[in-house]
Amino acid sequence: MKFLRNGVEKLRKLYHAPGSRFHKLWPAFDAFETFLFAPSHTAPKHGPHVRDYVDLKRAMNTVIIAMLPCLLWAIWNTGQQHFLAWQGLVDAGKATHDAYVAGWLQSLLGMDSVSPGAPEYVAFGLQRMLPLLIVSYGVGLGIEVVFSILRKEEVSEGYLVSGMLIALIVPASIPLWQLAFGVAFAVVLGKEVFGGTGMNVFNPAMLVRAFLFFAFAAQMSGDAVWVAGNNASHLIDGFSSPTPLAIVKSNEVLDATAELAKHHSTADLFFGNVSGSAGEMSKFCVLLGAAWLLLSGIGSWRTMLGGVLGLVGSAFLLQLFLPAGFGGPATLMPFEHLLVGGFLFGIVFMATDPVSSPETVTGQWIYGALIGFVTILVRTVNPAYPEGTMLSILLLNAFAPTIDHFVVAANIRRRKVRLERQ
Amino acid sequence: MIPILAFVNDEPLVGVFLKSVFVENILLSFFLGMCSYLAVSKRVDSSVGLGIAVIFVQLLTVPMNWALQNFILGEGALAWAGMPDSDFSYLQFVTFIASIAAVVQVVEMAVDKFSPKLYAALGIFLPLIAVNCAILGGSLFMVERKYGFAQSVVYGFGSGFGWALAIVSMAAIRWKMRTANVPAPLRGLGITFITTGLVAMAFMTFSGI
Repeated sequence: MKFLRNGVEKLRKLYHAPGSRFHKLWPAFDAFETFLFAPSHTAPKHGPHVRDYVDLKRAMNTVIIAMLPCLLWAIWNTGQQHFLAWQGLVDAGKATHDAYVAGWLQSLLGMDSVSPGAPEYVAFGLQRMLPLLIVSYGVGLGIEVVFSILRKEEVSEGYLVSGMLIALIVPASIPLWQLAFGVAFAVVLGKEVFGGTGMNVFNPAMLVRAFLFFAFAAQMSGDAVWVAGNNASHLIDGFSSPTPLAIVKSNEVLDATAELAKHHSTADLFFGNVSGSAGEMSKFCVLLGAAWLLLSGIGSWRTMLGGVLGLVGSAFLLQLFLPAGFGGPATLMPFEHLLVGGFLFGIVFMATDPVSSPETVTGQWIYGALIGFVTILVRTVNPAYPEGTMLSILLLNAFAPTIDHFVVAANIRRRKVRLERQ
Repeated sequence: MIPILAFVNDEPLVGVFLKSVFVENILLSFFLGMCSYLAVSKRVDSSVGLGIAVIFVQLLTVPMNWALQNFILGEGALAWAGMPDSDFSYLQFVTFIASIAAVVQVVEMAVDKFSPKLYAALGIFLPLIAVNCAILGGSLFMVERKYGFAQSVVYGFGSGFGWALAIVSMAAIRWKMRTANVPAPLRGLGITFITTGLVAMAFMTFSGI
């Protein structure tokens, strides 16, 4: 560590003092230095000092730890789904093993595609997930550093979580230039223009997904995009695999539970042996993350519980009032809505974002419950989209300040009445 | 008796309401009524007031203009007076604006009488409802979609409610953003336009229902 420290000291001479050669770029250097070492400067004598072990960087690291199971599963399952799909095509006589074209990492490691096992799965998963992570972090952090330099502020750690979330909520087959475009849109127009970390109205990772969803619908929805491959558009030629929600979407499906059981067992749905966006498939991994967030106290348990209750409750109520002959996802058992789609991932990692969700305790209950309600509404009533989690979280982001305002106003009114009674 | 009634739209009332509030929110999907929305959305309390005023004006003017359209202005609407060939559709804009202005005048006097504080807070924007494009837009959509009387009442209420919902949420967002370090050129209207665009994107949740 000594030589690193010495290097940092030398570097510091280049930027730290006003007037030194790279002083204008100090936020970038400072970010690098505080990444390696705890800051050595001391607080000034005057002024407010907040003392807490858990500062922004620590809070963000905790969330990253919570997302690790999902990331690992994303790497594994991207490979697994790829080889399952390929094997399926070979079995159906639509492809031959000789025709398999290996990707960059596979050729580098010289891996065999005829009888793939764990190393092949991981290699393929890394081959798709690493570029996604690199583009997401590279573009996002690049923009953040430029804005920090322009604002003359320290680079803040908020993007560390968003960057990983973004890679987990897009299909693994997404073209990298589209991802870069979406990240640039969300970080500039969704975050930096609002004043950077802690000021954004909308969750930046959700904005990336919504932007891509509306701008590049062909690469973000449909049945073909969920399993990554090695051709020019990162798909497997001639292969399509509907997600569990897409399977039951049709209004002609009168018993969605039975229809779903034909394709996937409950254990497959729970542990995530299904196709979908890169990181949201395994409910088990999401629950591991949720447990860690709740234990560490970083995620709001009110939002999570409110969301789950809202989702299951409105699915239950909907079934009571369902007109006869109404099919599709409305006929799923209420709790099965948790097992399909990205709702659990969304409510655990996206809805609990402390910046874009309500600050009041009552507000968090209302917010979570409404996310669940709107998700069910979109899944069952809106024929245009199979999944509603993304848009319902964005919608409730827009209403979070309103919820807060009315909760606070109600509280003031209640206390006034109490005061007058005394 | 009235030929135009033969073509009425048969959408259920609940559908008309939900569509006017969420799916085709008059502000967030047609971007009508932007001027008072941008100007008054600085504080939640005054935007709640203006929102209620717009709901009230819409609730009165859309059915009123429905009656004007179907009994006086429309093609053959004067059949009841023995003039089956009449067509005063070219007077539609002028008549609608006049009836809206009259209703707004009444609302203004009522607000001044019952809540002088809100009257002061709304200032010039209360009489400006008369030229708010969301109000005229509501009446014109009512004609274009051939709503019946009950539907036009529901549509008037729904479109006003959707407008109020949008302005209140924007006011709360702007209140939250009052301490945000927004880049200087975007402060005020610039960031409000960007936020409106993002909120409109979130409202696409309901498009397609």
